[in-house]
Amino acid sequence: MTATPIPIPTRRPLRQRVALTLEPWLYCAPVLILITAVMLVPLILGISYAFRDIQLLNPFSGGFVGLDHFQALGQDAAFLRALRNTLWWTGASVFLQLSFGLILALLLNVPFAGRGIAQSLVFLPWAVPTFLAGLNWAWLFNPVIGPIPHWLTALGLMEEPSNILSDPQIAMWGPIVAATWWGIPFFAITLLAALQSIPKDLYEAASIDGASPIQRFFSITLPYLAPVIAITVLLRTVWVANFADLIIVMTNGGPADRTQTVASYIFTQAFRRLDFGYASAVALVLLALLLAYSMVILVFRQKLSNRDR
Amino acid sequence: MATMEIRSVSKNYGTIRVLDDINLQIGDGEFIVLVGPSGCGKSTLLRMIAGLEEITGGEIRIDDRVMNTLPPKGRDIAMVFQSYALYPHMSVADNMSYSLRLRKTDKPTITQKVRAASVKLGLDALLERKPKALSGGQRQRVAMGRAIVRQPKAFLFDEPLSNLDARLREQMRAEIRKLHRELGATSIYVTHDQVEAMTLADRIVAMHGGHIQQVGTPLDLYDRPANLFVAGFIGSPGMNFLAGDVAGGVLRLSDGRQVALPETMPAAMGGATLGIRPEHVLPAPAGQGALDATVDLVEPTGHGIILHLTLAGAVFKVLTHDRRWLSPGPAIAVSFPPEALHLFNAEGLRV
Amino acid sequence: MTATRIFGTLAHRAAILAFITFALFPLFWLLKVSVTPNDLLYSEGVRLWPSATTLDHFRFVLANSEFPRFFANSLIVSGTTALVSTVLAALMGYALSRFRFRGKMWLAGLLLVTQMFPLVMLVAPIFKILSPLGLTNSLTGLILVYTAFNVPFASFLMQGFFDGIPPDLEQAAMIDGADRFTAFRQIILPLALPGVAATLGFVFTAAWSEMIFALMLISGSEKATFPVGLLTFVSKFSVDYGQMMAAGVLALIPACLFFLLIQRYLVQGMTAGAVKG
Repeated sequence: MTATPIPIPTRRPLRQRVALTLEPWLYCAPVLILITAVMLVPLILGISYAFRDIQLLNPFSGGFVGLDHFQALGQDAAFLRALRNTLWWTGASVFLQLSFGLILALLLNVPFAGRGIAQSLVFLPWAVPTFLAGLNWAWLFNPVIGPIPHWLTALGLMEEPSNILSDPQIAMWGPIVAATWWGIPFFAITLLAALQSIPKDLYEAASIDGASPIQRFFSITLPYLAPVIAITVLLRTVWVANFADLIIVMTNGGPADRTQTVASYIFTQAFRRLDFGYASAVALVLLALLLAYSMVILVFRQKLSNRDR
Repeated sequence: MATMEIRSVSKNYGTIRVLDDINLQIGDGEFIVLVGPSGCGKSTLLRMIAGLEEITGGEIRIDDRVMNTLPPKGRDIAMVFQSYALYPHMSVADNMSYSLRLRKTDKPTITQKVRAASVKLGLDALLERKPKALSGGQRQRVAMGRAIVRQPKAFLFDEPLSNLDARLREQMRAEIRKLHRELGATSIYVTHDQVEAMTLADRIVAMHGGHIQQVGTPLDLYDRPANLFVAGFIGSPGMNFLAGDVAGGVLRLSDGRQVALPETMPAAMGGATLGIRPEHVLPAPAGQGALDATVDLVEPTGHGIILHLTLAGAVFKVLTHDRRWLSPGPAIAVSFPPEALHLFNAEGLRV
Repeated sequence: MTATRIFGTLAHRAAILAFITFALFPLFWLLKVSVTPNDLLYSEGVRLWPSATTLDHFRFVLANSEFPRFFANSLIVSGTTALVSTVLAALMGYALSRFRFRGKMWLAGLLLVTQMFPLVMLVAPIFKILSPLGLTNSLTGLILVYTAFNVPFASFLMQGFFDGIPPDLEQAAMIDGADRFTAFRQIILPLALPGVAATLGFVFTAAWSEMIFALMLISGSEKATFPVGLLTFVSKFSVDYGQMMAAGVLALIPACLFFLLIQRYLVQGMTAGAVKG
């Protein structure tokens, strides 16, 4: 090595410091740009549409209309019913998915021969494209080619084989059953992963301390799962509330708007009537409701985990 | 081979200062051990030398070149991690040759260097294995092999032996020492194990609370610890401390009893701590020594006996090789050879 | 004690069997109708398996309909989306997993918030933006939109896998002489292959299923993806159940294949950290 010390400033040269600060952003840039272009800009645009008159087929539309859409919304009986339907649809779907998903996860957490195959089979519905799941269930409910109406009749639950999707009183159950069928695997996978991350020695310690299986479930399993359940329910609720595919495919909101949710209503307004302005106003209300809901759940979860520590 | 210089280096995480004004000169081929309890900043310092942590203040030089701005790849140093950090998807040979391949070394040279290193470490039969098919000791060797293949300017070791069982650790310790004698490479070794520090180091750097407490040869630190921390940290079982006041050439303990100090020590200085290593204490039957103490526990270790005593309200240990003390009775007396006493002032510094 | 244990085991197996039946029955029915000859469709409506089977429906769908093209379009869109999303998500996930930088919390928050956007809210503006660019009625446009919608979750998934790989490994590589990107490519990415597979499978399945944007952005049958084609078919020939279900079975094949390949990794991946956050 050379004997003469080379004087180098201690402080990193500016170029290097900039490069160092930029490094993580280089990894993030592609995603960030894409999200900005395809989600954030449209979101802002969408919000602005809510206050404008945007009708695709009307070349004279585009003017600012202030809160007109929202006033119309308040009077719109179809919208208010859609709001009620959304609550019912989301609540029932998520509740059923969570309950059965949790049961399935607990069942699969017990080692048994053929568990791998059983797991693949029960998770399969998740891979079924949602439009196909919707059509599939619509066909199952169809008395012409589906078995379900005939079974229900045989059980005495139905007077004669008919399509529950065309009965305004119970039509909503169609999409709910389909959503449950399709969504159980998601909960089961998430909860199974969480179950498997619970340290085994906790159970051993508890059983040495004399806890029964049921006590172990309530004192170890459930507290461990609680945060995962909370966040999964949060994400799924928002997702299901926004999820219009099954309803559009199975009932298209009918009969008599009895299965119209806010999400499918927005789609109908935008896609069928090409009234983007009104559709965006409805979407904005939905977004606000979901954000409020998320905040509540997040605060709740924070409280829950603070209590644990 | 290289010299290294650390000049008033500091490190902050946010507002927390974990290293403060670290200064150290390392000679060519020297084996330096950074030792201290966990959280003392020794690993952080090592990682700053490696280029894995940013340097908040001061500078690190290798061969008189400032390293602060260089990424790890520009520093020409090798490091052995505590976890070994072997690449799980590569064979032993590929693990060892990775750095050479990155430098676009030609194939024959790579083969020859990997072979030489693997023979040296007794890995030549394992070259095609994946890390997960190796035992802990073998993995440790591969990690060493990966470092020496490159012939870097300096070796850094981050607690490399702490995942091994006691016997293997002893064996690898000796091998590292031997390897260093053969290669003569400048090495910095981090450990919390003072026995490793004593046996491996040319010089030990004892660290505590983000500061260097003392730098010196192992025997320096053992014989002349600079402060209470080093005195207590080096040696096992640790040094005994007796707190009191020094006046008129004696140390007056909290229970009023007195210990005579040798004339080489100050005759009066107020609050002070007297230290003596357990192996230097002379036990005697009760009433026949300088101070009497009650016996709490007798620990036979095979090659010696550790007596746990209570003296002036504090724990006091004696290490003896005389089997008479296997059943000492409820109380014994202890005496202190004057040359084995260490005195520390109220600030904890050696007097 | 043994009696209760045997009973417990039996109940457990029975419950598993019930779940499997519930999961598979609709798919079984789809298959059954698709191989039932037309003349038996109504007379043997609720029989579990028809007395005679036929592949006529499949033959017709493959030879005389546009489904092969829909199938190819869907394959192109889903495959490309999966590839691009996974590459971008790997980079993003790596940054989230390994770097500490100002704005990271905001970035992760932003990704999370995008998961809450009502898709339907973006339908209209995206249509308005893509239309002048000539990206409506185009597979490229669909790929662009699908990638954007799938990349946030894919990033979190990849981050979970990267979190499971000790940082020591790339630090060792960097000391061995690699720069960070080389260490990422040569050390971290090969170790995250299960995660890459899971992400690919996840995004492919999601893109294959997407319907709302496909309906909105694609108008002719030239660029139609499978869902658009199937739904058009359903509304046009709503009585040809055999053919519809044959088409449905075809739509099922790639998604299920992909899923079966990756489902092992999915649970593993979620265990590795996707759900810890």
